[in-house]
Amino acid sequence: MQYLVSVIDDKSNPGSTDRQPAISAFNERLIAEGYWVFAGGLADTDAATVVDNRGEQVVFSDGPFVESKEYLAGVWVWEAPDLEVALKLATEASKVCDRKIEVRPFQ
Amino acid sequence: MSDIEEAITQAHHEQWARVVATLTRRFGDLDIAEEAAAEAFATAVERWMAEGVPPNPGGWLTTTANRKAIDRIRRESKRDDKHKEGQMLYDDDPPEPLGAIDDDRLRLIFTCCHPALALETRVALTLRMVGGLTVPEIARAFLVQETAMGRRITRAKSKIKAARIPYRVPSAEDLPARVSGVLAVLFLVFNEGYLATGPDTDPVRHELTAEAIRLTRLIRALMPADGEVAGLLALMLLTEARRTARVSASGELVSLDEQDRGAWDADLIAEGHRLVRERLAAGVAPGRYQILAAINAVHTSARDVRDTDWSQVVALYNQLVRLDPSPIVALNQAIAVAEIDGPDVALAAIDRLEDKLADYHAYHATRANLLRRLGRSQESRAAYDKAIELAGNTAEIAYLTRRRDQLGT
Repeated sequence: MQYLVSVIDDKSNPGSTDRQPAISAFNERLIAEGYWVFAGGLADTDAATVVDNRGEQVVFSDGPFVESKEYLAGVWVWEAPDLEVALKLATEASKVCDRKIEVRPFQ
Repeated sequence: MSDIEEAITQAHHEQWARVVATLTRRFGDLDIAEEAAAEAFATAVERWMAEGVPPNPGGWLTTTANRKAIDRIRRESKRDDKHKEGQMLYDDDPPEPLGAIDDDRLRLIFTCCHPALALETRVALTLRMVGGLTVPEIARAFLVQETAMGRRITRAKSKIKAARIPYRVPSAEDLPARVSGVLAVLFLVFNEGYLATGPDTDPVRHELTAEAIRLTRLIRALMPADGEVAGLLALMLLTEARRTARVSASGELVSLDEQDRGAWDADLIAEGHRLVRERLAAGVAPGRYQILAAINAVHTSARDVRDTDWSQVVALYNQLVRLDPSPIVALNQAIAVAEIDGPDVALAAIDRLEDKLADYHAYHATRANLLRRLGRSQESRAAYDKAIELAGNTAEIAYLTRRRDQLGT
């Protein structure tokens, strides 16, 4: 089963910025143990553009789709047998990233 | 109640969790397991009334529930589920184990008490899936709307399915942490029964305390070596033993020192004491529930309140504070200290807790009592007022109001 693992950062109380080496090492392990499907960090929410073409004319607007103090800073996709395994990895991931982690299964 | 009705009630108590757990293992789906179990019990009511109770009620219920589940899957399955259906209908598991350790039920309890679910959801789901309480019963117990409680349980079941929360007993390394979560759920159910909140409920909800004890007994049978399980069971039994003496005929709380000790349930006390002694003999450092049980064992050993061994109570609280340095434990410690060192020492100790406990009714009730004993009536009255304002239990409010009104000026 695949899980979307979101890294949540906080604008007013951000996590530390020196996590990259630790995250890389963690990724190596995820790959070696067969959990890793995909991962990517995201640029700041300033760089987001929302496209809405549901009406007559397409509208481009700045910013993420929800305005909040917390925002999505990066994602993983993991292949794990069940939530228990995913939560165990997420527990480590939160420490490694120094950020909150959301684990959500794909449908 | 007729013999048959009694047999059905007893079968519901004894077999519900077993039937749901067996079906959950086989079909891998809490919804199917629960609905089929409910149908099987409904069928039992009809058939047993007409034909008598079968020789093996548990086996009868499991077989019937299995058949109901298969009917349901056949009715509801779509083409692409046929393969899965084929697998489900073929039960290659060994026949239901009847030994002391029934892993299926233990797995069900750990699934319902999974840490990925909110605590209140764990409580509701455990009462529903393991305890067999109906959704309206659970909603009433926690004073929420039936529809809201129904939604909460449905959401929890779909999260278990969609996120794939496993149906298993956690691995040895995770077990202690997960057991404490299970015990917290059961203690919450017990406490809600013992000190029910809300103006329209009975001050003591016996159906909840009884259910919590029943489920804790079940865990105890499944995990006999766990000291904290034994401790929690002892704590509940020693508390429950005093239930009838705790509320007066007029619905007022009777404090421990004023209770009629002859009205305590001697059997429950004997059983609780046995468990506490068993834990002492084990020689393993006790956890929180074991210490709380030991404190209650000291109280229930005294034939008269004047015989209470307060120095032992204080020693046990000192032990508890090291394990759990929460302000509520410190408050209870101070109450015991008052009996040895006097109310002024205790008052000084609890005044230091004000920041943390300003919104907790028991803090103000304790202060009011100590101030009363020190003859500081006016301050005592103000503390009683505050306690009454914050208390949620009707019997407790009645008690505090009387104590306040007895104060001289």
